Amino acid sequence: MSIIESGNVAAALGVKLCRANVIAAYPITPQTPLTEKLSELVESGEMNAEYIPVESEHSALGVCIAASSTGARAFTATSANGLLYMHEQLHWAAGARLPIVMCVANRGVGAPWTVWNDQQDSLSQRDTGWIQLYAADHQEIINTVIKAYYVAEQTSIPVMVCYDGYILSHTHMPFEVPDQEKVDAFLPPFRPNYALDPSMPANLNTVTLPEPRNNIRGELAHGYMELRYLLHEGMIRAIEVVGEAEQRFNEIFSVSGTAYMDMYKCDDATYIAVAMGSLSLHLRVVADILRDEGIKLGIIGIKLYRPFPCGIVADALKDRDGIIVMEKAISYGYVGPLYSDICSCLYTQGLDGPSPGFPYVHNYILGLGGRTIRTIDLMDAIRPICTGKRIKDQPGWIGLKI
Amino acid sequence: MPSKPTILTLPEEELVHPGNRACSGCGLSIAYRIGLKALGKDTIVVVPPSCLTVLQGLYPVAATKMPSLNVTFASTAAAATGVLAALRSLGKQGITVAGWAGDGGTSDIGLQSLSGAAERGEDFIYICYDNEGYMNTGVQRSGTTPRGALTTNTPVFGKTQDKKNVPAIMSAHEIPYVATTCSAYPLDLYTKIEKAKAIRGTKYIHILAPCPPGWGYDPKYTVKVGKLAVETGMYDLYEIENREFRLTGASRKLLEKRKLVPVSEYLKMQDRFRGMKDADIEDVQRRINKRWGAYFEMFKE
Repeated sequence: MSIIESGNVAAALGVKLCRANVIAAYPITPQTPLTEKLSELVESGEMNAEYIPVESEHSALGVCIAASSTGARAFTATSANGLLYMHEQLHWAAGARLPIVMCVANRGVGAPWTVWNDQQDSLSQRDTGWIQLYAADHQEIINTVIKAYYVAEQTSIPVMVCYDGYILSHTHMPFEVPDQEKVDAFLPPFRPNYALDPSMPANLNTVTLPEPRNNIRGELAHGYMELRYLLHEGMIRAIEVVGEAEQRFNEIFSVSGTAYMDMYKCDDATYIAVAMGSLSLHLRVVADILRDEGIKLGIIGIKLYRPFPCGIVADALKDRDGIIVMEKAISYGYVGPLYSDICSCLYTQGLDGPSPGFPYVHNYILGLGGRTIRTIDLMDAIRPICTGKRIKDQPGWIGLKI
Repeated sequence: MPSKPTILTLPEEELVHPGNRACSGCGLSIAYRIGLKALGKDTIVVVPPSCLTVLQGLYPVAATKMPSLNVTFASTAAAATGVLAALRSLGKQGITVAGWAGDGGTSDIGLQSLSGAAERGEDFIYICYDNEGYMNTGVQRSGTTPRGALTTNTPVFGKTQDKKNVPAIMSAHEIPYVATTCSAYPLDLYTKIEKAKAIRGTKYIHILAPCPPGWGYDPKYTVKVGKLAVETGMYDLYEIENREFRLTGASRKLLEKRKLVPVSEYLKMQDRFRGMKDADIEDVQRRINKRWGAYFEMFKE
């Protein structure tokens, strides 16, 4: 069924199709219509789930952590400062290996207050052990939510589905709502390895020592560092699982999506602009125009940010003349986070080992706190790089009026 | 109501193993041992960082035969909510859910999530064991540390503020059951938890749990100190059931006797009060007399 709805509703319908058992949420703009929709679906009886209107985001994820530990499929959603308020719980959920799915309607963070879009919120949570997927349009939002549960439950790692606040959350676009039967075929019921149960008592997440230690049966149990290694290993394995989920999804729904990144006109491209979220679609317009000027520009939209599909990204970029990384976030005092990841993977992770002479990589920061991103500004920023301009000081800023 | 328990009728099965990591003379270990007997085996316990985390054992060894979820400091009541929601959603019935947190985890960092859960009327028992300070981190002041107590971050003058009245805060949420008890009265503690189990909605039980290293007394006096807290009128045992306040157990007996033990006997047993001057002690006594005077007025036979 094809409908015209907002990105937030697309996310909510995805959650409904996944038959989430427990939803906990606290209102924050621009996430709110998503959780309002879920409360409506639950109250009207269209969705058989528990909806908990908690008193904070910290508690929202607290409810999900406990519900997931008790064997329920759990969902929450937030934005900006709400996500930051969850920070401790993000680490907890990942450390406890709980397959929670959360939507983040990306918004700039305070101070000063902004309600408008950038990606500083989710990108600053990069190292919490969550898988991060970025959607570029409404179809991707609903599809990614469904794939996210599959990936989370296969890897026992929580997944963040990120999409741009307002630009996607509040705009209406047509998209296909997947059939429930097919979603059920794609996503089997959640069967956790262990769920809290009085008939099988266990003490979860307790103090774990620096060194491995014997259990009561005399078997060596992990120390803290082993558990951290296993989370990292699980994340690396998740790259494969994300690919498998995509393939499985494509087969069941007869669609053709890509798992890690969307490539536009990259085959003959000498320059590639890289972005995440809706900006990657905006950049396609720029590629079309600049190609009329004779500039062979291709666009890559990164969909899987953590774990970072390093080899795949490096392979797509290493033989170009130049790369332009466009970001709605910054690691203050250095560069955009995606830029450092891409430089790092080009330097160390070319598929054949360290790249001998990797391409020039340029970084632009743009669109912070909802600053309008004009197509002409994108063209003016990208054109000089593609005609040989090289800048030592990174990053450059687009649309800055200072 | 089940008949009044005696020490001989308590369930024999121990859900807390001997040889756990509690300090000798730990008031919490008495409370937890008896409390789990009252909660029974069909219970899921939610525990934030506290002395109880340590008591329950270090991975991969557990000191209790209970399914227990360790959660972040501020989220005990939210996590108990999540366990309940999952059980409802999965159609699992007959399981009691209990949050069991310390006074810091309740009166300070955990108060927001507790208040939220109580306002939503979540059907769990929240138990706060109150050893009147952050004992697990080395005896710092908490919201429930009493005035005058020396702690490692009130080292010179002692705490200069009053103890936060958490049961009163919970009572203001108009939940169906609020009770206070003390580890020195295990049968009182058992009865109140057992009673809470049978009530629907949010139940709050506050347990005074004396702490030998934190309070500065010989571990063999844990029961004596607890009893003195009650007999001096420093700490009252009561229930607020459907908004009705009633003194219970040893506090009710004080009401009948109309006579309190001087509070100096309680304060002087504990090293943490060594900095209190006679005038400070008199002030504490005056406050107790005022509160108990009102009780004597209120409950004239």
